[in-house]
Order: sequence, then C-alpha cells, then structure tokens
Amino acid sequence: MTAVRSVAAGMNGQIKMLSIKNLHASVGDREILRGVNLEVPTGQVHAIMGPNGSGKSTLSYVLAGRDGYDITDGSIVFGGEEIVETPAEERAAKGIFLAFQYPLEIPGVATMTFLKAAMNAQRKARGEAELTTPDFMRRVKVAAEKLNVTQEMLRRPLNVGFSGGEKKRNEILQMALLEPKLAILDETDSGLDIDALKTVSDGVNALRAPNRSMLVITHYQRLLDHIVPDVVHVMAAGRIVRSGGPELALELEANGYADYVGAAAA
Amino acid sequence: MNAEPRILNTPAEVTLAEAFSASRGHLPGDAAVAAARAVAFDAFQKKGLPHRRTEAWRYTDLRVLLRSVPPAPPAAPASIASAALLPGLDRARLVIVDGAYRPELSDLSGLDGVEVTSLATLLDQGDERVGALAGRLDDAMVALNTAMMTGGVAIRVPAGLDVTRAVEIAHVTSGAYSVFARNLISVGAGASLRVVESFTGPDAAASVANIVTEAVIGDRAKVTWAKLQAEGNAAVHLSTTAVSIGGESQFDHLTLMTGASISRSQSFVTYGGEFARAGLFGATMIGGKQHADIMLGVDHAVPNGASRELFKAVMDGKADGIFQGRIVVRPGAQKVDGKMMTQGLLLSEDASFSVKPELEIFADDVQCAHGATSGEIDEDMLFYLLSRGLPRAEAETLLVTAFLAEAIEGLGDEAIGEAFEQVARDWLADRKTLS
Repeated sequence: MTAVRSVAAGMNGQIKMLSIKNLHASVGDREILRGVNLEVPTGQVHAIMGPNGSGKSTLSYVLAGRDGYDITDGSIVFGGEEIVETPAEERAAKGIFLAFQYPLEIPGVATMTFLKAAMNAQRKARGEAELTTPDFMRRVKVAAEKLNVTQEMLRRPLNVGFSGGEKKRNEILQMALLEPKLAILDETDSGLDIDALKTVSDGVNALRAPNRSMLVITHYQRLLDHIVPDVVHVMAAGRIVRSGGPELALELEANGYADYVGAAAA
Repeated sequence: MNAEPRILNTPAEVTLAEAFSASRGHLPGDAAVAAARAVAFDAFQKKGLPHRRTEAWRYTDLRVLLRSVPPAPPAAPASIASAALLPGLDRARLVIVDGAYRPELSDLSGLDGVEVTSLATLLDQGDERVGALAGRLDDAMVALNTAMMTGGVAIRVPAGLDVTRAVEIAHVTSGAYSVFARNLISVGAGASLRVVESFTGPDAAASVANIVTEAVIGDRAKVTWAKLQAEGNAAVHLSTTAVSIGGESQFDHLTLMTGASISRSQSFVTYGGEFARAGLFGATMIGGKQHADIMLGVDHAVPNGASRELFKAVMDGKADGIFQGRIVVRPGAQKVDGKMMTQGLLLSEDASFSVKPELEIFADDVQCAHGATSGEIDEDMLFYLLSRGLPRAEAETLLVTAFLAEAIEGLGDEAIGEAFEQVARDWLADRKTLS
C-alpha cells in the first residue's frame, strides 16, 4: 500500500470524513460509476438524489466494499485512509455502515445473536474488549425502545417475516448500536408509510453527531423533509452533476430529473 | 430376473463368502437362526454387492467402492476410550463395541421399566422381533447383515411408559474390522422414547460397519430419534433403519452424517396405522473425498398419514453428497399429506450433490410434493453480514449453521438439537482451520 495520507483537509479547512476522486466502477463490461467526485466533511449530512439507474445504489455498495465491482480508476479516502482495496468487513470495523434498501432475510440466525456477533466482531477488529452480556443487553434495550423495535422482533430470525417498516427500523437499530463514523442510507424511505418514515427519520436524526457523517441516497425529496441535509448532490449517468443546498431537493421535486437525464445522454 | 448365481465375484464378495463359511458355526443363535442365516447369505450371494444398476444404490456402487473387506473383530473385547461426543447432552448409554453389546460400559440409569437385552441372548432364545421388519426389505446389505449379525441391543418400552431421559445406542468401532450389528426397538402403545444413535471409530482404520435397526412404534406412541454418524475418516458405514409406526403415533427422525469415508444411511418408514405423523430430517456435512448417501423410503400403506421430509447437505472439497427419497402412497391410502424438500449447499467447485426424489402415488385424494435445490452460499446474505463487520469465516459459519439448523431443529427436541448443532459448529470450525 502507498503512503497513508494524513487527514485530508478541504478548501474550507473542514476535516473530510469521505473524499471520493474520479471514481470509476464497472460490472463486467458495463461502466456504472463514471468519474464520481464527492467530499463529505465530518459531521455533515449529504444527500445524493438522482434518477433510477444513475448509479446511486452502486455507489453505496462500492463504498461498503461489496464484491463484484471492478474499480477501474479513482480513489476512496475514508478518515484519511485509502480504502479501495479494503474488504467490506474491515471497512465496517473502521466505521462505514450501509443501511440497505432491501435488508436481507437470514433464516436461522436470531436477530440478537447477529447483533452481538456484529458488535463484538467490530470491537475485536479495533482491538477493544468484547461486550459483556449485560452491557450488550442494556445497549440493545435502550436503542430498541427508541425505534419501537420489540423484544419479539429481536428474538425472531434476522428480518425474517419483518414488514418493510420493521426491516428499516432494524437497519437503524443496527446503525445505532454499531455507532459508525459514516452512515450510508440507501433509499431508506422506500416502502415506508408516513408514520414509519417519521420513526425511522427520528432515529436517524437522533444519531446526527459532530463526529459522524451521513450520506443519504434517495430518489424522492420527501425523506429530506425529515432528514434535512447540509448539501444535496445530483447524480446522473454515474457522475455527480450538480451540488447545492437543501433547496436543490425542492427544485428537483418540482422539475423532475428530465434535465439531468437529457444532459447525461448528450 | 432369473436367480442364476453370478459367476464373477469381486474380491470383497469372495472375502465375505469366506468369512461367512468360517464364522457360521459359532455365530449366536439357535438352529432356526442358523437356518435363517444360510437363507439370507444365499440371497446376498445371488444379488451380490449393490452396484450402479441396482436402482436404490445407483450412486453408491459397492462393487467399485468396497475394494476389500476387513477381518472380523478379535474375540477378546476391545477396550475403548470414553467418548467425548455430544457433551452436555444428558442421556443413558448402551454401548456396542465392534458389534457386541457391552453392559459393563453402559449406563442404564433413568431407564426404569425399560427392558434392555443383548441381541446375542435374544438370538439364542429365539425372538419374533428379529427380522420382523428387515425381513421384508429386498436389499443385499440387509440380507448380509441377517446372515452375519453378531450382536447389538434390544430395547422394549412397555405401553404407556414415558421415558424422559434420552437413550444413546453408542456404536463404537475399535479398529479396522468388519462389524455386523442388529438392534431392536419396540415402543408400546402410548409410550414415549428419545433415542440417540451414535457411530464412532478411530481415524485411519478401514472398518466396515453394517448395522440394521428394526423399530416398531405402537399406537399413539411418540418417538424422537437422532442419528449421528461420526465414524473415523477411513471407515465404511452402511446402515439400515426399518420402522413401522402405529396409528396416531408421532415419529421424528434426524440423520446427521459427518464421518466415514463412504457412508450410506437408509431408512424405511411404514405407516401401520392411520393418523400417524412422521418428520424425517437429515443434515450432512462432508468434505475431502467423503461420500455420503442418504436413502429414504416412506410407505403410506394406510390412509390419513402425514410425513414431512427435510434434508440438508453441505459439501466441501471433492465430497459427494447424495439423497434419494421415495414416498409411496398405496391404493386406498387417501388423505395422505407428504412433503419432501432437499437442499444442498456446495462450498467448493469440486463438490457435488445428487438428488433423486420419487413420488409413487396410487390414491387420488392426497397432497404430496417434493422439491430440491442446490447452490452456493448466498452472496447477498454474505455481503450483508460482512457489511456489519463479521469476518468472512464467521459469516460463512453463521450462514451454514443456519442452513443446517432448520433440519436439525425440525426434530423438535431442544436438548438433542442443541447437541447436534454443536457438532455442526465444530465441523465448521475444523473446516476453517483446514482451509
């Protein structure tokens, strides 16, 4: 590995949690990310909006380290460290968390067992002591109550038979327990009714912190009424094509993505 | 087919014929048993070892796989190390070493009211239970067992007795010997019994065990039965379980296969009375060049029976996993409900899984279905676990354990299930160390 960069500071002198430069990623012969540039300072919430097929979900998977993507060019620097070659489980231990658009159902693995295994695996990777069972139980209880995650859900196999809303609440529960430095929320609003959206958004907002950044990926503006971002980026055809304040989301809601789809194709 | 004896015998068949000639004079049993042995050996010789054109054995060709047959165990009883198998599972133990029941090594506490007899004693006295079910099977290896059986154990649970402590029938092979054991289990009407059958032996010993168990389960009885095949890595394991289940009885059976070089475990379940329910489960975990074949025959001879079959197999290395399942619904056996599912998980490119489910239905008002799947570890599930920080090996172990757990838990006995799941976790831990 080449020399690890010291913590990168941006133009404004802000500490960068995440710095993506000229990122190209392909699946087979198909290039999906075509030069993504994105900087997320520590403590900020950035939203990425864009039409279907623009590469938003691919970006979230590539950041989390999923196999099956060829990174053909560019860099991902997280907390001052290049992570393009870092396996998914190590990225998680370093503090990257992906809330899945479609959380997986894992039959035969009790939710509690999974939570404990994940928390302790990350602690072990960071050289920290494993949690005692009472400490673990207390943390789960506190976090679960805030998200209306019942004890009954925690006893069930992971996500098996959970409703869409229960699955998303379970994702945010994992996020609360794993305390990531960077949380990527992939279409967290999809499949949620308005009440569930509020519960999930409140859960996410409660986790906003000066030392934590978030990347909120969404097709619709409505999630951003609840989780108000510092910066909104528009993604089209595998690139960030425009960035602005929260008002940009409202503009997209009014005008749609037609301009960007056209511009990207040109 | 004509009954003309085959001229060409394999070396193993020649050795078996010599072994029968040499031992027939001093095998246990009265004159009737001796005559039955001769008839059975004749039947075996006419069939010869099962081979690939024997449909029920098509994936386990013993003419090819069984190159030689080891000698009979020594007359002096072998001493054996105490087993560390299934720690934490409370159970009585009936120990059978090299095909002979060894009361002095056994623990019968908690079995008050249960009759436990050495099979050799029953053969000498004559007992109608011997061969009552096995005699109906048209199978060369069962015939060979009938000819050569040396011992085993018979368990009789009287009607209405609820035996809460599990009973282990622990088969231990002490070295590279040929072992022929026969066990009998009778569970009276309304009684209940939890059976654990274990098979162990030392690594690198090319033993051949041929074990037949006959079980008659009475009306309204409840039997839970878990088999653990954890033979040594050079062993050949050939076992047959023939069970008849009475009306309104409940029979749950689990076969866990993880040991031996070549193994074949066949179970035949016949419904003797209406409204009986059987749950038949399997969990195979093999690697290297292991070959493990599970054969299941379910015979719905009467109406209103229900059966559920769930067989899972995990293959690593160059292992071959096999499942053959056959559900027969006899004419007039209406309202039968039979569902069979088989799932294979391949952990390596060179492993294989062969499945042959069969339904033979001669009644028109039944519900029967079968399904089979085979695949690798689900990449999406694996990524989900990795993305939460679980190391790859731990994530794979969790997914494989969960895959097998559904079959192991199907047995519905928490204590036995937990002990068997630990066997699965240990296997996965060993696999991780090896890779």
